[in-house]
Amino acid sequence: MLSHNQLRIGTRVEIDNLPWIIVTAQFVKPGKGQAFTKIRIKNLVDGRVIDRTYKSSETVIKADVVDVDMQFLYGDGNNWNFMDPATYEQYTLSEAQVKEVIPWLKEQESYSVTLWAGKAISVTPPPFLTLKITHCEPGIKGDTISGATKPATLETSAVVKVPLFVNEGEFVRVDTRTGEYVERAKG
Amino acid sequence: MTLWQPSATLEVLQARAHILNQVRAFFQKRAILEVETPLLSPSTVPELHIEPWRCGSFYLSTSPETYMKRLLAAGSGPIFQITKAFRSDELGGLHNPEFTMLEWYRPGWSHWQLIEEVGDLVAGLLGQPSRQTRSFREVFYQFTGVDPLSASYSQLLTRAQALPSPPPEGLDWEGVLDFLLVELVEPNLKNIAGLLFLEGYPESLAAMAQIDPGPPPRARRFELYIEGMELANGYQELTDPDQQAYRLHHTNQRRRAQGDIEHPIDHRFLAALHAGMPSCAGVALGIDRLVMAILKQPRIEQVLAFSADRLG
Repeated sequence: MLSHNQLRIGTRVEIDNLPWIIVTAQFVKPGKGQAFTKIRIKNLVDGRVIDRTYKSSETVIKADVVDVDMQFLYGDGNNWNFMDPATYEQYTLSEAQVKEVIPWLKEQESYSVTLWAGKAISVTPPPFLTLKITHCEPGIKGDTISGATKPATLETSAVVKVPLFVNEGEFVRVDTRTGEYVERAKG
Repeated sequence: MTLWQPSATLEVLQARAHILNQVRAFFQKRAILEVETPLLSPSTVPELHIEPWRCGSFYLSTSPETYMKRLLAAGSGPIFQITKAFRSDELGGLHNPEFTMLEWYRPGWSHWQLIEEVGDLVAGLLGQPSRQTRSFREVFYQFTGVDPLSASYSQLLTRAQALPSPPPEGLDWEGVLDFLLVELVEPNLKNIAGLLFLEGYPESLAAMAQIDPGPPPRARRFELYIEGMELANGYQELTDPDQQAYRLHHTNQRRRAQGDIEHPIDHRFLAALHAGMPSCAGVALGIDRLVMAILKQPRIEQVLAFSADRLG
């Protein structure tokens, strides 16, 4: 149980039998009046955002949510399968649950899978991934300063802007949070 | 880690010191006596929603009010104090558990006169923005559609339940009023420029203010808001010792009813009222918030040398 002053940004709470993450938290109190904590929460399952207000004597249930590093096994279009390398236990997520991260899913790679009451509800890619370019226009040798870019399709299907000197078949390091090219890398 | 460093910049601390000098100069010019009263007391004023810190067998002061009134009863004349106040469990963008309060009293004055003087002080420090005084009733009604002086519990609750974010369970009448205040009224006050005084509060929110019998009856209490931030709270002070004793005991009863412990009452404060405290108006003003408003700092820790998260 969390008291109102433990309701902080990033804390994961269970409200109306669903898991949420606190996006903003604000303590408000008219001088001599009732104290409240206003929180804005994002649903960890479907992403919707709502506001709730608690009075100072109320408690909120801490969500039974853990993040586990898991290996991505394969996706067949409907089901996306991950394995906890510590237990060899497999977890399946639906296409809707992984939709936003599909362009970053690479088999054998490690991802953070969020479990709620033992069930997988979402996947977060590592902040940086090294991926192979499967398609882009041919490179312009020596052009390392113009700052011009071209689109490149990566092995996971993500499309990122890369400098002109980068070639198809090469590996690049990308920031999965912004979708931006960081540097050329070894495979 | 950098948490050893002050939470305010040195520029803000210099400006804060200058503001404190200006505040003292304001009172010196008006021949108001600066006083200091105890921070540690064996008693505290019971409040429904203010929790004092215990310190051994004492309480840390949540307000200098009762001691300053004992001085008034002793014939001090007009007095002011800049002091620390301590309220546990209050922490947020506008709250620090230990904060600086300016409190002053004007014997022989009405709270309407004191509203003018609070305006003179604050507007002077803020570069003379506009000032207005409106009734709490009218402003609350404007933003909620509910009359706070006549609304029943179910009328208030119905309005609160119509909001997208529902009210917490188990709020009493005043609690629902506070909920509507923080959800609907104060956010709208952010859009009102300058100094906004609200006057005439529901009778049950009188605290230590006199009641204007009306009809409808209302507390002779005012609050100052600056762009939605509550800055000061003032009263036409209650001088009747029996009424004061009743309110203190009644608050203790309500504390017990809501599951909180009762607090010992300062009987020397009541004795002072019996001896005769002059008719007066008094006000408490949050110095940290005043500095925030003047220096345009949005969070209280930005004006404190060391906020609660930087304690050693």
